[in-house]
Amino acid sequence: MSLFNVFDVAGSGMSAQSVRLNVTASNLANAENVSGNPATVYRARHPVFAAVLNEALNDGGESSHAVRVLDIVQSRAPAQGRYEPGNPLADSKGYVYLSNVNAVEEMANMVSASRSYQSNVEVLNTVKQLMLRTLTIGQ
Amino acid sequence: MPITLDQFLAPHSEALRMGARRAELIARNLANADTPNYKARDLDFQSVLSKARNGSGPALSATHTAHLQPGSSGDFGAELLYRIPTLPRLDGNTVDAQLEQAAFAENALRYSASLTFLDGRIKGLKAALRGE
Repeated sequence: MSLFNVFDVAGSGMSAQSVRLNVTASNLANAENVSGNPATVYRARHPVFAAVLNEALNDGGESSHAVRVLDIVQSRAPAQGRYEPGNPLADSKGYVYLSNVNAVEEMANMVSASRSYQSNVEVLNTVKQLMLRTLTIGQ
Repeated sequence: MPITLDQFLAPHSEALRMGARRAELIARNLANADTPNYKARDLDFQSVLSKARNGSGPALSATHTAHLQPGSSGDFGAELLYRIPTLPRLDGNTVDAQLEQAAFAENALRYSASLTFLDGRIKGLKAALRGE
């Protein structure tokens, strides 16, 4: 039955968005990380979503497009150097390298993820109510 | 003229099935609101409705779920259409979350209305059976 598929689809959407929120939180928490080597400093991570076709042979062979997290990619933006000779992490020239997390981008990402999460919850709630009403039909 | 229970309830139960299918499609669009290159899809309510109303003769039945379904029964013989995006997006996604939410709310209301009509018919039948 189609309405049951909605639970799968909206659930997958919520799970994907919570991964996105998680990654954003990790990025923001590590935004001020520094390192003496630009290759080892923390790099911003971003999830990539993909639609997954659930071609399960349920009744009528209907398919449903859930969403899943395909991969979490690291940003390739260059790490900025800052001259801080007093920093114990500084390299031989006195430079430390900052993580390439863009705080503004992350905040926008966070708001977008939470809105998407909300709309999935809304869908789930509405469908649940419709199903409950369907169950009481003719009573 | 005898009237079968199926005929009596058919228009509304058909509408319910259609509403459930459409709810699934829109939920799918909303879940994939941030998926690159995902294209939003939907059913054309009018064409599906008119098709259901005209009735395309006795339906064929498939004997196995893996076989080709006659007229793609899951979508009521109608084609799944792609939504035309109002704004192009860099990631190739055509889901407009606001549009989809509005469509979902409308569909939920239609579903609710069909439920009420069906409920009324069943209650009417019951009253007739009891003969009070």
